[in-house]
Amino acid sequence: MSGKYLAATDQNFKTEILESDKVALVDFWAAWCGPCMMLGPVIEELAGDYEGKAVIAKVNVDENPNTAAQYGIRSIPTMLIFKNGQVVDQMVGAMPKNMIAKKIDEHIG
Amino acid sequence: MEKEIRDVVIIGTGPAGYTAAIYTGRANLKPLVIEGVQPGGQLMITTEIENFPGFPEGINGPELMSRMRQQAERFNAEFAYGSVVEADLSRSPFSLTLDDGREIVARSLIIATGANAKWLGIPSEDRYRGRGVSACATCDGFFFKECNVFVVGGGDTAMEEALYLTKFASKVTLVHRREEFRASKIMSLRAGKNPKIATILNVVVDEILGDGSKVTGIRLKDVRSGELIDHVCDGVFVAIGHAPNAGLFSGQLAIDDYGYIETKKSSTETSVQGVFACGDVQDYTYRQAVTAVGSGCMAAVDAERFLESIR
Repeated sequence: MSGKYLAATDQNFKTEILESDKVALVDFWAAWCGPCMMLGPVIEELAGDYEGKAVIAKVNVDENPNTAAQYGIRSIPTMLIFKNGQVVDQMVGAMPKNMIAKKIDEHIG
Repeated sequence: MEKEIRDVVIIGTGPAGYTAAIYTGRANLKPLVIEGVQPGGQLMITTEIENFPGFPEGINGPELMSRMRQQAERFNAEFAYGSVVEADLSRSPFSLTLDDGREIVARSLIIATGANAKWLGIPSEDRYRGRGVSACATCDGFFFKECNVFVVGGGDTAMEEALYLTKFASKVTLVHRREEFRASKIMSLRAGKNPKIATILNVVVDEILGDGSKVTGIRLKDVRSGELIDHVCDGVFVAIGHAPNAGLFSGQLAIDDYGYIETKKSSTETSVQGVFACGDVQDYTYRQAVTAVGSGCMAAVDAERFLESIR
């Protein structure tokens, strides 16, 4: 089931991701990146599947260069998983939904 | 889970897969197309395609693929999200298992799984992937504004990557293991004329250097003297060619020494009757969007004839 992801920004990253009491998956993307566009629908589905259980977010690197720079993003799509304000996992490149879900589940634990 | 029986299942959604879908769809065979991990295939990460006939001004890769998909949808091709994790070609009809557990049975199968970028295969490359090591300039060039980057490879892809990176980077160095590039003349000339591009020949990458969190340099080894030289850089783009995605079928279909699925001359028939292969997964020689389209059409025609023969 597809759902609405959180559009994280340089402004709200701290409150919505780092200070969240839930595990957060953050997808760094841009409109000009082919693999990012392929991953888009997967993120929407995850947002539906994990509603209430985890934060599923996207960061547009064009509009939010500070957050991308802060986490040393040099390749997109990159997905980071945050728990208690810390990066606990990293995935580079588009991947199938079940593999991403498995990673999130490991950290929800 | 309920098994579905299909006349035609197509695996892959690059130019070959989409073309096979257009033709089998139009022949009313209601093809099911398994999208794979990279829907749209390799052209989704390219920019301008200058040599696809019918587009004199050029067309960008994602746009072309989206048009092919729409054309397949017009003829009622059905798309399934996900990839095939298991294939049993030992008896007909063939059975396939998708990553979400869905099982599909196919009277005929068209394999159009394409090829993927090759990596160098050294541990430091893995360590810094996404931290300065990339195989996609159009995806990641943006992060290297005013940076010093290296491109590894000597083919057309390497030239394209290097040229694309000059839009962002302050300096691009092409490194290649041979005495000269094997890229086409037009691409080598374009790269050679660009003032931001430098070239180092007869070297291989020994190690990608980093500080633990990002790439800081590259160690090159001269293939003639064995001498190791370190260069400072911020990024390394790997463009050393492609490997066919045929692993799923090894042991079930005849595969050549380079890993490509073998097809009979002037057809797309594989070593198993009813299984056809088209596009880059069976094409070591040409590897073009147009040749993939051509062989996708051949596979559709071959599959249609095969289905007629068993009815």
